[in-house]
Amino acid sequence: MDIKSEPSSRSSGEPAQTTEDRRWRLVNRTMRMHGNEPHALIETLHSVQEHFGFLDLDALKYVAGALRVPLSRVYAVATFYHYFTLKPPGEHTCVVCKGTACYIGGASSILDSIQQEVGIGPGETTSDGQISLLTARCLGSCGLAPATVFDGQICGRMTSAAVLERIRRWTNHDTGD
Amino acid sequence: MTTPSYTPDPTPYVRRDVNPVRILTFTIDGRDVSAREDETILSVARQNGIFIPTLCHLDGLSERGACRLCIVEVKGAPKLLPSCVTLPRQDMEVTTNSDRVADYRRKILELMYSERNHVCSVCVSNGHCELQNLSVVLGMTHVRYDYIYPKHAIDASHERFSVDHNRCVLCQRCVRVCDEIEGAHTWDVMGRGITSRVITDLNQPWGSSETCTGCGKCVQVCPTGALSEKGKSVAEMIKRRQFLPYLQMMRREGRRAVAEGIR
Ligand code: SF4
Ligand code: FES
Ligand code: FES
Repeated sequence: MDIKSEPSSRSSGEPAQTTEDRRWRLVNRTMRMHGNEPHALIETLHSVQEHFGFLDLDALKYVAGALRVPLSRVYAVATFYHYFTLKPPGEHTCVVCKGTACYIGGASSILDSIQQEVGIGPGETTSDGQISLLTARCLGSCGLAPATVFDGQICGRMTSAAVLERIRRWTNHDTGD
Repeated sequence: MTTPSYTPDPTPYVRRDVNPVRILTFTIDGRDVSAREDETILSVARQNGIFIPTLCHLDGLSERGACRLCIVEVKGAPKLLPSCVTLPRQDMEVTTNSDRVADYRRKILELMYSERNHVCSVCVSNGHCELQNLSVVLGMTHVRYDYIYPKHAIDASHERFSVDHNRCVLCQRCVRVCDEIEGAHTWDVMGRGITSRVITDLNQPWGSSETCTGCGKCVQVCPTGALSEKGKSVAEMIKRRQFLPYLQMMRREGRRAVAEGIR
């Protein structure tokens, strides 16, 4: 397989400026720092996700070619780790911790109430692209259980009501009831 | 004088990350056996005609330790150990057929059946299936667990082959033969746990794979009807694996020749 040039059309719909795209330069730098060796795969996927928000198929293909890793292996690694996502994230993300402490603290009922409120389960994004729901295996903040993360900001001792309140701020829903 | 018929060298996969010189002795089912330090318990048992069931193991491929059917009991070890990836130690006492082992093996088989949709009566591999044969040999008569009945698709996009995920046991033989023997690494396993599934390239239709050479090795090594040739009806898919020890031997010779500068 020959090394493909950087994917030109990113789904963000911005003009194809490929090599000029700073984000790809950063990804390339990550690979170079690891000698463009196959073992840099996970590090590189992290870099792609950090700069683009998710891993799309063109990106996976590009990384596979650049690091000389089989396509299927790249896909396998990208789908093995919960951290990686192959779908574009919503405008906002809510991560609900399902680690042991948070699970006991009621993470499931929090997830249920989110499902009822905006109709999405873990790993899904609302159809308007506004909110993504993710789960985590222990955020390392068990003392705050049950913990959630709203757009990167960790919040502890959550209740369903408090979580829904935060989500409604995003959706601008009238809290009416 | 008769010409001796040609039999490929059946030397099993040998681990090279341990010092291969020492010879040690231990017992399997009370029998004294000797082994090189780098041979697996499974391989020593087979050399001595002792039966241990296996599913993911295949002579000529690296070991994966995926199916756990080859578990044996080792005196002093609390857990059962997979013999295909366990090396013997001096004076180890191995039991291959205790009630405990037999019970666990049946449970493992039952779990495999409950995880996908193995409906033998309509399967291309009916009668030639390693999973089915193992159930007979190990005396599995029914499944005590609830079936999951997952909805899995069949991918028939390849010109000559098809993959039916309902029959896959995730042994990864296809992954290994494609990587280690054919050198294409078209297959891998995506996801994790109960959602794992074999994929070609970027989880795309097999027929659209850029890397698949169409050699069919994956089909031949697949123990079940998951991978099959098109045009085969119920019970018609008979796998041919005789190429594997031969190719393995020739690859080894090729590598040696390169290393020694002969080629
Ligand atoms: S398709 Fe066949 S060979 Fe491949 S993992 Fe599934 S059962 Fe094993
Ligand atoms: S279990 Fe949720 S932070 Fe540890
Ligand atoms: S044969 Fe040993 S784990 Fe499958």
